[in-house]
Amino acid sequence: MTAQLTVRDLEAWYGESHILHGMRFEVRKGEVATLLGRNGAGKTTTMRAIMGMLAQRKGSVGFEGVETIGLASHQIARLGIGFVPEERGIFASLSVRENLLLPPVVRQGGMGVSEIHALFPNLAARADSQGTKLSGGEQQMLAIARILRTGASLLLLDEPTEGLAPVIVEQIGALIRNLKNRGLTVLLVEQNFRFAARVADRHYVVEHGRVVDEVPGAMSSRDVEKLKTFLGV
Amino acid sequence: MFELIGVPPQALFGQLLLGLINGAFYAVLSLGLALIFGLLNIINFTHGAQYMMGAFAAWLLLNLAGLGYWPALLLAPVIVGLTGVLIERFLLKRLRGLDPLYGLLLTFGLALIVEGAFRQVYGVSGLAYPVPPSLAGGVNLGFMFLPLYRGWVVLASIVACLVTWAVIERTRLGATLRAATENPALVQAFGVNVPRLVTLTYGFGVALAAFAGVLAAPIYSVHPLMGANLIIVVFAVVVIGGMGSILGSVLTGFGLGVVEGLTKVFWPEASNTVIFVIMAIVLLIKPAGLFGRAT
Ligand SMILES: Nc1ncnc2c1ncn2[C@@H]1O[C@H](COP(=O)(O)OP(=O)(O)O)[C@@H](O)[C@H]1O
Ligand SMILES: [Mg+2]
Repeated sequence: MTAQLTVRDLEAWYGESHILHGMRFEVRKGEVATLLGRNGAGKTTTMRAIMGMLAQRKGSVGFEGVETIGLASHQIARLGIGFVPEERGIFASLSVRENLLLPPVVRQGGMGVSEIHALFPNLAARADSQGTKLSGGEQQMLAIARILRTGASLLLLDEPTEGLAPVIVEQIGALIRNLKNRGLTVLLVEQNFRFAARVADRHYVVEHGRVVDEVPGAMSSRDVEKLKTFLGV
Repeated sequence: MFELIGVPPQALFGQLLLGLINGAFYAVLSLGLALIFGLLNIINFTHGAQYMMGAFAAWLLLNLAGLGYWPALLLAPVIVGLTGVLIERFLLKRLRGLDPLYGLLLTFGLALIVEGAFRQVYGVSGLAYPVPPSLAGGVNLGFMFLPLYRGWVVLASIVACLVTWAVIERTRLGATLRAATENPALVQAFGVNVPRLVTLTYGFGVALAAFAGVLAAPIYSVHPLMGANLIIVVFAVVVIGGMGSILGSVLTGFGLGVVEGLTKVFWPEASNTVIFVIMAIVLLIKPAGLFGRAT
């Protein structure tokens, strides 16, 4: 398997504050990789830097052999990367249907609307509601669903289980495994490492804006202890 | 005909029509301002000058190129809209992320430059623009005489507002525009070329102002300061309606035009100030404006 996403020496700033200090990791085609780390470690910033959403970033982010560090955010998305932000980003002035149809199709092979509605029946039932009237779990499903339409082959999911009930977390876990079976690549940010351990092939531990360790998906008890220390749980 | 509270109906309906016409200009101009403010977060003080440029473009097309009213109604907004595209590309773009005050100062300065330049070339006496022959004359409605051109101005404004509203509320493009107004960075991260959308939106808002300018040319004389006076009232309308609400700015525009017209009938002395009085009251009671969302 070859690397689909290659991050090398990635640095990023918010104004004066230097947040990422040489992130290095890669995600192989068709795998689920996670970024684990404490609050404030720089996981979200890494996602936003990959998407080109920060005013200032340097280093190298290669996607399927294309260097993206000089590209604008919309050009990066059009290479086939779909982003589900931590705050979910459901638009209040758009209906559920409009939210779903908002991201342009960037590649062939995305799911059709009927396929998405079969996978997420609630979104079909509430297509005409205001996007932000959905429950937290439904909003998360919508945030993921609208990316599946675009044909993106790499999905960046930033804490998709944050603040959701266990039964919804279970559904999202099943969904991620389903996406992996369809051949999609997923980069997942998680705080909940029990959840991460069940879906991921590989974990990167992030601390102070760099990757400090790599752990295989199936963790040994030593790995678990080590991660607990890193995450402070 | 009978009299209404001592006012002859001719005078009443005449002022009502004048109010509707003013309201039509308020509505089209504040609609453009609301669109621009929503996406660019800039209060476009050049708007009045761009309305004036629309009227001048029509006058120049007629006198230099021999192109009449109907081609001008299409061409003038396109030409002035393109100047808006250039302004956004080369000037406003650099202000992104800065305090909205910078945008206000820049567009205000631009308005002074543009109006000053036109005054230098065309003086202040005003130029006549003929009513298009197809809309000359009028019809007697029984209760009043309706000049055809004035009826057309109201109709064309309503249609322009309705079409703009429908595009924003009912189409994919409109949904993208609304989303980009909420969270431009995320919409761009979905693959939408938001900088281009911003440029086109500014160009369209400016084109709307120019469209109003062409509509105005046969009614008022074409004058370098025709927009400077109007835009102050339009900003009051925008404050009353609530910045950023599309439908709100349209309804408020027509509504206040009518209120102004009626004031002229019943209390002529107050007609120049009534909109500002309403603005003060609205600011006291509902600072976000009648249709605005408090933030
Ligand atoms: N918009 C911002 N402006 C300034 N600093 C920020 C901003 N967003 C995050 N930070 C800072 O960057 C660091 C990394 O944040 P983040 O990437 O959100 O962490 P994580 O997602 O791992 O919890 C934190 O110290 C945070 O305070
Ligand atoms: Mg985060």
